Amino acid sequence: MKKLQYERPVLQLLNSGAMNKYGTKTEYAPFTHIDGASVHDLTEKFGSPLFVISEKKIRSNFKDANRSFKTRYPKVQFAWSYKTNYLNAVCNVFHQEGSWAEVVSGFEYSKALNNGVPGSKIIFNGPDKTDEDLRTAITNNSPIHIDHLDELYMLQEISEETGQRPKVAIRVNMDTGIYPMWDRFGFNYENGQAWDAINKIMLNDKLDLVGLHCHIGTYMLATNAYSIAAAKLSDLAINIKYKYKKNIQYIDMGGGFPSMNTLKGSYLLGVDTVPTIDQFAEAICTSILNAGFLEEELPLLILETGRALIDDAGFLIGSVISNKRLSDGRRAVIMDFGVNIMFTSFWYDHKITPAQEFSDFTEDMVVYGPLCMNIDVIREHVTLPLLKRNDKVVVHTVGAYNMSQWMQFISLRPAVVMIDKKGVPHEIRKRETINSIESEEIVPEYLKTFSLNGIEKRTG
Amino acid sequence: MKIKNNIAVSDSGFIFNPTTGDSFSANPVGQEIFKMLQTAATEEEITANILETYQIDKVRFEKDFYDFVNVLKKYKLLEEIEKD
Repeated sequence: MKKLQYERPVLQLLNSGAMNKYGTKTEYAPFTHIDGASVHDLTEKFGSPLFVISEKKIRSNFKDANRSFKTRYPKVQFAWSYKTNYLNAVCNVFHQEGSWAEVVSGFEYSKALNNGVPGSKIIFNGPDKTDEDLRTAITNNSPIHIDHLDELYMLQEISEETGQRPKVAIRVNMDTGIYPMWDRFGFNYENGQAWDAINKIMLNDKLDLVGLHCHIGTYMLATNAYSIAAAKLSDLAINIKYKYKKNIQYIDMGGGFPSMNTLKGSYLLGVDTVPTIDQFAEAICTSILNAGFLEEELPLLILETGRALIDDAGFLIGSVISNKRLSDGRRAVIMDFGVNIMFTSFWYDHKITPAQEFSDFTEDMVVYGPLCMNIDVIREHVTLPLLKRNDKVVVHTVGAYNMSQWMQFISLRPAVVMIDKKGVPHEIRKRETINSIESEEIVPEYLKTFSLNGIEKRTG
Repeated sequence: MKIKNNIAVSDSGFIFNPTTGDSFSANPVGQEIFKMLQTAATEEEITANILETYQIDKVRFEKDFYDFVNVLKKYKLLEEIEKD
């Protein structure tokens, strides 16, 4: 007789009365395939943990967002936010869809150039641009978004020295009614800093002011804040036209649109609370269209959307290392992925789904990562089906920031695979080896030898 | 090791403790162990029974069995062991 499938014995206390504030069971079916590729086959081939990116989802997210704006405004351009995920394969999917590049460092700028993006289509943001970075960007005719006066003066000096006329925009920060106000970047609108910087640029004539830029926050849940921001940038553009008879070529609204992840401490799930891209598009486009531009002078609308386009295209497959019981009786599960490769677990209650069949029984549990560090907690409290050693799980909506903010800490970073539109997996970043890390290390000659218990040892 | 005499268990795995008013649910493997513990079966007898019925090895079952027994103790469902 064939033996029955075993499941760890469980006994659950049934609560009557008030509902468990952590909610009830959320997983009803195993998540066995990503775009047609088997989760178990992927880990067999590429190891566990493993980041998986759905090319199909990126492209559909992009098309949806593009449609949302282009149906409301005549001139729209997306620029891929490199810091959100700068794996070259990912960037190139966006470039194939027509995105420019938006970078915030010399390193990211080089990546965009190496990917083949023309300099004039690389928007250079951020507070840290070196003299060399600026010279490269000017030579390549890239729009440089000025963050502070020191940068403005540096650009004027380079311009005087080289005779080049850099293409610039200023970053404007402003009160849009949300907290915290991101006033550390750019020039403030309300206290006149922004207008002052515009006057400095326009009267000096060394720089070509082509645009106005803002980026009001991150994971923004209020569409009205974008409406206010677009109105304030439009106001500056119209005042420039009035005073200097110059049309601003573009208004760059930055990024900050949320993904469907659930923020920690949020009572409702992200999917129930996050506004759609259509709602953001409506707020921004209506605001610019109603600002008073002549139809033929409407500026190009640039969007640097990152998270909202890539987050739900990313998955992390992991394996259960062990499960144990904590001193207070709670179940704890240790996974082979930790906060070192999933930085966003500090912000979100990520959805986790087992990748194999499970029964109706669930347990409240804490999900830990494998690091020998107390902070390595993936979920403080989650109700999941019973998990056992070597079971596979899929963490959802991890495409934004994790593959750029991950740390090589304690263990090596995993491989990244992209599933193409036909369901075929392509390795787009190899699993790190010890050589990936140690190749940059140098041990001074005098530290290469030591003696342990009288036995001479030598490094390398 | 034995489940207290007054604890009731239904065929569907619903367990009721009339002393505390607590009720519990158990999955199929949990129910089987629970029912065997009601008859004061030994650990060896329970292990042999489970290994014969389910796809599980002895080492892994031992770990799960002790965890399950600890849960039973936590909820005070086992007879108190008389001390000499």
